Amino acid sequence: MAAIRGNGRVSAPAVEVSDLVKRYPKSPVNAVDGISFAVTPGEVFGLLGPNGAGKTTTIGMLTTRVRPTSGKAMIGGIEVAADPVRARSLLAVVPQRSNLDRSISVRRNLTFHAAYHGVPAAEATRRADELLEQFGLLDRADVKPDLFSGGQSQRMMIARALMHEPMVLFLDEPSTGLDPAARLFVWDRLRELRTRGVTLILTTHDMHEAATLADRVGIMDHGKLLALDTPEALMRGLSGSSTLELSVNATGDGDGSARLAGALGTLPGVERVEPLHDEQGNGQTDQWLLRLYVSGEASQLVGPAATLLAERGIELSGVELGAPTLEDVFIALTGRTLR
Amino acid sequence: MSAAVAAAPAPAHVSQARAFTAVLRRDVYVTGKELPVFLAQVILQPLFLLFVFGKVLGSLGYTQHGYSDLLFPGLLALTTVITGMQTLAFPLVVEFGWTKEIEDRLLAPMSTALVAAEKVLFASLRAMIATSIMIPVGIIVLGSIPWRWSGVPLLVLALVLGSLLGAGLGLVMGTLVVPQRINIVFSLVFTPLLFTGCSQYPWPSLSRLPWFQVVTACNPMTYVSEAMRAALVPSVPHIAPWVCIVVLVGSVSALMVVGVRGFYRRAID
Repeated sequence: MAAIRGNGRVSAPAVEVSDLVKRYPKSPVNAVDGISFAVTPGEVFGLLGPNGAGKTTTIGMLTTRVRPTSGKAMIGGIEVAADPVRARSLLAVVPQRSNLDRSISVRRNLTFHAAYHGVPAAEATRRADELLEQFGLLDRADVKPDLFSGGQSQRMMIARALMHEPMVLFLDEPSTGLDPAARLFVWDRLRELRTRGVTLILTTHDMHEAATLADRVGIMDHGKLLALDTPEALMRGLSGSSTLELSVNATGDGDGSARLAGALGTLPGVERVEPLHDEQGNGQTDQWLLRLYVSGEASQLVGPAATLLAERGIELSGVELGAPTLEDVFIALTGRTLR
Repeated sequence: MSAAVAAAPAPAHVSQARAFTAVLRRDVYVTGKELPVFLAQVILQPLFLLFVFGKVLGSLGYTQHGYSDLLFPGLLALTTVITGMQTLAFPLVVEFGWTKEIEDRLLAPMSTALVAAEKVLFASLRAMIATSIMIPVGIIVLGSIPWRWSGVPLLVLALVLGSLLGAGLGLVMGTLVVPQRINIVFSLVFTPLLFTGCSQYPWPSLSRLPWFQVVTACNPMTYVSEAMRAALVPSVPHIAPWVCIVVLVGSVSALMVVGVRGFYRRAID
């Protein structure tokens, strides 16, 4: 596979995985079961899936820490398993849990990381200053990373990862456990990286994060890639998950909610109507809530539904439109079972 | 895949040697910052052994004159092996098991075997420095130490092999032991190692306790003690130096093979 970049030149994918399989010894099933995908340079790629779906193993194989059973994992045209040393020089990993070096200061964490990657000392110092500044860490630069909050550790690890200017940056659950401000901060930094052309691969089970950041999302479960597309296309493809919720006030001897539901179900584009609950008001008025699952745009149904209600003398008291979220896509593909 | 794949933007060359020295520099830097702790950690135990067995018991007349002369090379051996082992095993278990600090080095552009080799080299260096410090400490505590310039080459050889032996033991323990068991394993390994390594008695004299002589012959540290004794107090009966060296080279090689294999198992799934 190759991607056509804006300048018309054909360039190698930043990341390419083909028929990748990992089976752990003594396991009856494949942890990763023959997945293939390619990520173009500068793309933000989200890998979504429930716990145990195989995301971490997939990332492990791309980052030289897990040996594939079969298939290929490539970074910048280099086969990871065949030349792990070179692959390591092209990638960086930001894990979910801090793995910062607690024996040395934050600044030294950055400069030693650069030294491992062969960045000359003067250049490393310059980059460290720049990144510490950019990530709001300058005031704590000379402290050991022992007692830092999750958000600070996360920022430090991203800063450290950028010290050798990797081509591909892997982030595992980049904002899990962060407070909202820290999360927005991290997201902003990640967007900046993308504008600089760094390829980002993030694993997450935060749908909002995936929908906000990722250009494309792959949904994994049981070691397989179930879907791969832009978040918008995935959501569009999920039929019947646009919803229209109607709250109505009906007089006591009006239509029963089941009969009303039946009538609404005949409107064009409505796939299913679900009466949610009948609230006993002050005894005179029933408050009904009905949810319509719609195949097209839910907003187009507001008019016909209101007309139908008016014809039956039912007062409409509230309307709520629901668009499908990535979460709906995720649930539709992977199911609701906890594991 | 397309045939038109542009040249990968890989760096012009990846220097594993540079990564290796940078990781070594990091370890040296951390030791430098924690120098008093390092010195206390390595010196305290042999210092007290030297003081109690060499000085106190001798002054009270419980040990024969000359005992401190055969004890001193044994304690050099003990310091070498134990320091090498501790320097490697404890941090390795913690880094693999809890802090995951080692990950940044495992992702450095160098082969995983080199990450293990750096650990071994650094632990050996620390062991050799700690042992060298024992020489002035011995002079201060005992007043004088047995010394033979002609024995120095053998002493240095035993020092190098002994520190590699300690590092090898540390590498094997640090990678094979699961973090939850480290306390148990250390107490089960450490104490027997300490007392069956012939540091406090010469091996040939154990002929009166044949079963214990067999036990001590199985502890590779015995051969470090015996070689150092051969170097510094050749008048005390000892195992022939060439036997010591052959056994040590064999033990170090075996430990490195098992240790590096264990390291790979922990580093790569």
